[in-house]
Amino acid sequence: MDQKLEESMSLVKPEVSDLTWVQKISVLIGITGLFILVLALFNYQFPYKKLVLFTSLGAITLGTVLFSNNLYLNKSKGIKNNGVWFKSISSRGVLGWITGIVLTLFYIILYFFPTFLGQGINGNANTGLIALFDPLSIFLNGNQASQWFVYGALYTLGILIFGYKFILKYRHNRYQQLRTGSVMFFQLSFAFLIPELMSKLNSDTFSLPYYDLKSIWPLNYNNFEKYRIDEFISAGNIGLTLLFFGVISIFIITPILTYKYGKRWYCSWVCGCGALAETVGDSFRQLSDKRQVAWTIERWVIHSVLVFVILMTTAVIYSYLGNDTSKYWVTKEVFLALVGGFLSIIFVLTMIFKRKELGKDALYGSIGYFIIVISLILFHFINTRTSLFLFKPETLRTTYGFIIGSMFSGVIGTGFYPIFGNRVWCRFGCPMAAILGFQQRLFSKFRITTNGGQCISCGNCSTYCEMGIDVRSYAQKGENIVRSSCVGCGICSAVCPRGVLKLENVNVKGRINVQGVLLGDDIDLIDLSKR
Amino acid sequence: MEHIVIIGNGISGVTAARHIRKRSNKRITIISGESDYFFSRTALMYVYMGHMKFEHTQPYENWFWEKNKLELIHGFVNTIDTETKTLHFETGDILNYDKLIIATGSKPNKFGWPGQDLNGVLGMYHKQDLENLEELTSNNKICKRAVIVGGGLIGVELAEMLHSRNIPVTFLVRESSFWNTILPNSDSEMITRHIKNNDIDIRLSSNLKSINSDDKGFVKSVTIEETGEEILCDLVGLTAGVSPNINFIKSSNIEFNKGILVNKYLESNIPDIYAIGDCAEQREPIGHRKSVEAVWYTGRMMGEVVAQTICGKKITYNPGHWFNSAKFFDIEYQTYGWVFSKPKENHAHFHWRHEDNTKCITIEYNSITKEFIGINTFGIRMRHDIFNKWLDEKQDIDYVIHNLKEANFDPEFYRRFENDILTTYNSLAQKS
Ligand SMILES: Cc1cc2nc3c(=O)[nH]c(=O)nc-3n(C[C@H](O)[C@H](O)[C@H](O)COP(=O)(O)OP(=O)(O)OC[C@H]3O[C@@H](n4cnc5c(N)ncnc54)[C@H](O)[C@@H]3O)c2cc1C
Ligand code: SF4
Ligand code: SF4
Repeated sequence: MDQKLEESMSLVKPEVSDLTWVQKISVLIGITGLFILVLALFNYQFPYKKLVLFTSLGAITLGTVLFSNNLYLNKSKGIKNNGVWFKSISSRGVLGWITGIVLTLFYIILYFFPTFLGQGINGNANTGLIALFDPLSIFLNGNQASQWFVYGALYTLGILIFGYKFILKYRHNRYQQLRTGSVMFFQLSFAFLIPELMSKLNSDTFSLPYYDLKSIWPLNYNNFEKYRIDEFISAGNIGLTLLFFGVISIFIITPILTYKYGKRWYCSWVCGCGALAETVGDSFRQLSDKRQVAWTIERWVIHSVLVFVILMTTAVIYSYLGNDTSKYWVTKEVFLALVGGFLSIIFVLTMIFKRKELGKDALYGSIGYFIIVISLILFHFINTRTSLFLFKPETLRTTYGFIIGSMFSGVIGTGFYPIFGNRVWCRFGCPMAAILGFQQRLFSKFRITTNGGQCISCGNCSTYCEMGIDVRSYAQKGENIVRSSCVGCGICSAVCPRGVLKLENVNVKGRINVQGVLLGDDIDLIDLSKR
Repeated sequence: MEHIVIIGNGISGVTAARHIRKRSNKRITIISGESDYFFSRTALMYVYMGHMKFEHTQPYENWFWEKNKLELIHGFVNTIDTETKTLHFETGDILNYDKLIIATGSKPNKFGWPGQDLNGVLGMYHKQDLENLEELTSNNKICKRAVIVGGGLIGVELAEMLHSRNIPVTFLVRESSFWNTILPNSDSEMITRHIKNNDIDIRLSSNLKSINSDDKGFVKSVTIEETGEEILCDLVGLTAGVSPNINFIKSSNIEFNKGILVNKYLESNIPDIYAIGDCAEQREPIGHRKSVEAVWYTGRMMGEVVAQTICGKKITYNPGHWFNSAKFFDIEYQTYGWVFSKPKENHAHFHWRHEDNTKCITIEYNSITKEFIGINTFGIRMRHDIFNKWLDEKQDIDYVIHNLKEANFDPEFYRRFENDILTTYNSLAQKS
């Protein structure tokens, strides 16, 4: 019978998925813009590059804006999920698969074969798509474009125009509008414009590493590389300030903000990966896997990545530190001890004070901790006794860069949006999310409060949770949701038809309210369950 | 091992099963004629509108049942033999039980209208109704107009569903304003207006006279009692309330009235047979509650209670303060405590409405003691636990209005209206 329902749902195409003629024209305009980029990709030589680039990006923007206006502005304010599972693009239909494949190919070319995009190597002039972006690049930073510039520009444009669409879609919901405005701002300024302008400051005599300042280690896994550190140091006070900022970002600023607001301050308000997921990826959030087995896999994979990035970074820093205390007090030995000591303190404190809340996860945590400590010891002995290294740190770093930095965050994380949902990277791969999640779970005021007994188990919240959290399983028990993976997007709360969920920062105490019996239920029952 | 058999895999039956399992190792079997696995009836509309797939309406994954040793039977029970403690299935199979919980829910009301069994006429309750609806209304070329009969919560949901596929809807409502047997007029009026704003052709004070057939036994039109007007349509949705789904017990010696009659322990007149959820009728209604309560959470509550009793801890069904919620197109509604359509004796209503006509609250209070009796809130979410506490404490309306901020449950950064409400309240108080 289930089968029959599913079939009848897909056989007859419901009316809702049809486009209005304004929408069709908008799609046409947008596709024209994209088509210009494709022509450039195939090395069609445009005259008036500036004008062509402007026209292309303009058409893409105009198309999206017109489409969104027509889609949302003449409808009443409210949840706009009609037909999501009927549309091919948002329900893993043919369009979804095609989009997924095209995106994946794009990422593979971008990361591994940039010459296909027209990247000029060894100082040669750019051709193709990348050459089309030269005027913009020269305008912003004085140099010709690179594949990363093109990618950054398109990425930012995507966030801005789909951010606009998202804001219209949720025009009844200030939380959604503000956080979307926030990611649009951070992407445009911090991620895109500021690094370009920073690089413009560089000259032959002054070289400052320029990068997205809000991209924090371990997301920005290169930040403590030797060349980076050298650059920081050679850039004098500004450089040292940046280095200092990089260190306190992860060790001081991040824990404080996560304590006060939960990891959402980063994942849903600041981060560039989150920004893309929430805007361009919004139509795919319902595709995340909600099964319990997915949750198990998630915990294994994301924590492995975290262990990997800690080891990799330690190894890299270790490799360029010296042995001589008279030169600099942090020697190889001291550094290993520092890392080991720091992790041990966190481990022990957590086990003493938060053992109960960790539950089953205590085991995962312990495994990760011991792997790291044993590796640290191995580093030490293998290196000093035989002066051989288990893996060369550089190999570790390039392996990490390839598997995690390129394949996972780009190809799988974004290319597979239409198949696995929009937060695959954030959920399974991001080491930053793992650290923030750990803090959110154990040391934070943030939770999603469940409104007593009002839940009717409809499942909207779980369906639209991009992190694959089965929100309903908590809500229908009257339990608050305190999950390390929750990025605080607030969509579960928005789509709930009964007003059951509220994201809030209150006290740490009583955050997890396991009652066993729902509010409003039999008074005797509540007493019983408390006994 | 004692064998507990539950007929009905809705919220009440499944809650009972889960709680019995939590407390005991008894053999448990759940029977349903409707679906293999428990799903959330309240979410059927979202499947039709394409917000969710059917699988998303199932609160538990399919492995859950076997893991918790809950045996499932997909089949329809025809009769019960209470002497031999045997169930007889439609297929001729039989099953013995030691204790039986009847949780068979409701069925849509049909009041004997001419033509009510024609093709193209349906209720909106079971999964099969949704399947039929899907076939009959897959788009607005197949279904050029639908008529919905009966202005309750399911009626307005059906209207929203059809509207999502751009099918023109005529909504026949017996009352002079939508749901005003339950809602105070001011609330009802706002919702009626909102329904109209969503392009629903709502006909107030209109009763159905007959459903008319074409020559192939399909619906052709309906006729309205009051005006005699005939409205052409391809679908008629009957949503004039629900009643207990208990036909199959009528040949047994289980006592029933509208529903299966139960005492405060949810026991029927036959030992070892219990009834819970929509199909149960309390011999002594509790407070202002109806004797048959057809809402989600009372079913859940009764399931919890009967599980305790069956596991040896006999307790009474003793629900706390009334609450409920619904959604009318884009306007959410919550209620805590009692707000009657007309204030009870010595009671009065305080009403505040936002100028955009999508938000309002109505508070019922005792005009002599000022005691707070209940609140209806539309377009503003409020906290269940706070109102529960205030009702326990018997706070007065002054206190509630002055502390309304505490009860707000809207998402962060939403505009707040407490000051506005307070101003309205104060100016009314000054006048009187
Ligand atoms: C469209 C819709 C929306 C609703 N929205 C809300 C809401 O927002 N809030 C709210 O509080 N309530 C809502 N309700 C009401 C709520 O769903 C019901 O109160 C609740 O589902 C009743 O649960 P139950 O377990 O008593 O029965 P049911 O859920 O009806 O389950 C009974 C099951 O038993 C099966 N059965 C019946 N007879 C037999 C037999 N002889 N043999 C085998 N199986 C049998 C039935 O097929 C059914 O599967 C809504 C109802 C509908 C239809
Ligand atoms: S639980 Fe809610 S707020 Fe958290 S990620 Fe999921 S949908 Fe977003
Ligand atoms: S969306 Fe709301 S009512 Fe539905 S299951 Fe989630 S919390 Fe419950």
